[in-house]
Amino acid sequence: MTDPQTELNVEDAPEGVEEPQILPLDAWHRARGGRMVPFAGYLMPVQYEGIMAEHLWTRESAGLFDVSHMGQLVFTHDGDIATVVRALESVLPGDVAGLGDGRMRYSLLLNEEGGILDDLMVTRRGSEIYMVVNGATKYDDIGHLLDALPDDVTMNLQDEQALLAVQGPKAVDALARLVPGVEALVFMTAGAFDWNGHALWISRSGYTGEDGFEVSIPAEAAAAFADALCAEPEVKPIGLGARDSLRLEAGLPLYGHDLDPETTPVMADLGFALSKRRREAADFAGAQRILAEREAGPAVKRVGLLVTGRQPVREGASVVAEDGAVIGRVTSGGFAPTLGAAIAMAYVPAELAAPGSGVRLVQRGKVHEATVAAMPFVPHRYVRASASPQTPSKAGA
Amino acid sequence: MRYFTEDHEWIEVDGQIGTVGISDYAQSQLGDIVFVDVPADGRQLAKGDEAAVVESVKAASDVYSPVSGAVLEGNPALSDSPDLVNSDAEGEGWFFRITLSDEAELDSLMDEAAYEAFVAKL
Repeated sequence: MTDPQTELNVEDAPEGVEEPQILPLDAWHRARGGRMVPFAGYLMPVQYEGIMAEHLWTRESAGLFDVSHMGQLVFTHDGDIATVVRALESVLPGDVAGLGDGRMRYSLLLNEEGGILDDLMVTRRGSEIYMVVNGATKYDDIGHLLDALPDDVTMNLQDEQALLAVQGPKAVDALARLVPGVEALVFMTAGAFDWNGHALWISRSGYTGEDGFEVSIPAEAAAAFADALCAEPEVKPIGLGARDSLRLEAGLPLYGHDLDPETTPVMADLGFALSKRRREAADFAGAQRILAEREAGPAVKRVGLLVTGRQPVREGASVVAEDGAVIGRVTSGGFAPTLGAAIAMAYVPAELAAPGSGVRLVQRGKVHEATVAAMPFVPHRYVRASASPQTPSKAGA
Repeated sequence: MRYFTEDHEWIEVDGQIGTVGISDYAQSQLGDIVFVDVPADGRQLAKGDEAAVVESVKAASDVYSPVSGAVLEGNPALSDSPDLVNSDAEGEGWFFRITLSDEAELDSLMDEAAYEAFVAKL
């Protein structure tokens, strides 16, 4: 049998980083049976008790994810938020100026050709902007931002902060017991909280499609906070393996796989990240190409696929025409524990992008049939401002 | 008599017939198994050939034939219950049965004690 370890080592190390780095919770993961693998230049837990069990636990209860490899950036300008906002809007296509205090949005770092350099979350926090970027790309992002932003805007990488995500329908119950008040946040809002004298920045957001929170915490307090969370009956630690299968079911793209500098927001079906005011002003990097593509429709588009049969079709498989010509590619794929089926994301020609279209995939010489499916594959259960919290039984009905 | 390979396959030999699977250690490393592709009846395999594919949630792995011979049958239970490989890798989770063409090939394999010692060093 080929060594499964070599295939579990999904390495996305940024260039120039040789040895995997150690994160603040390294010993904590090992003590809890985490199987550590290199990922994004860090050693991280791929699983504890098993990917399937961890995935299903997160969907029905709550999971704790260590995402401290991600880059937490803070942008300031002498307490002058308007200058910071103006600077960031030159590199992001989102409406940053329109963010109220404690409000956040999903955005994209674009190059001049409209290609995606990273996807990220941007939050207005008083007189500063807080941004969370991907771990594998954070140093490239910093280089790009240093070039693109005016010198008088200060950028601080908060590498003394850990980042923990608590995700799942019962995340709010567990976290609110430790940090009263978080239950008042709604999806895509954030605020400052305190836990045992440690300053926390908590947002109601995540990468699983479930309700949940992301907690920025000083690294020295992270292990005690993780212990306290996992002492709550709803919460278990969850590894990278389930994080990937959860986000795939939620239809959320993964940078470096489903998004890269060759893809645009329109190809990636992320048009919602192009705010109306910014489209009308056409003043962001790559705007000319992106707006033309938005008008004409993209040649290829990111879609979800339901694969016939149980065998997973993974990243790297080809989408082929009837004559065998390669017309697209699978960028993520695997077994969906919630659905008990094989699912994937792929770029396909626009004429095949409508839900219900049949497509043919080839992986290791074997043909698989698939059907384009609307995403998310598993419905999102975010707690929005206008809606009361849903119980799992209601959401599944 | 049961033999093991360094690639974590096992073969239980009874006369000319061998039953092949992956070891309990292998299934524990793979994690949750969601799909197994077993070889077709009658397929001729040489020792070391890729005989089957086992897919966990995270990764696909090839399973090599520990001996040369003709496939008698794949385990029909694995198409609906690939998790048998997790729950009983060295029993109900067998992959295929094969008619050995060269019993001398078994001499190069490990017995159970040698395999346990091999795994202990990994």
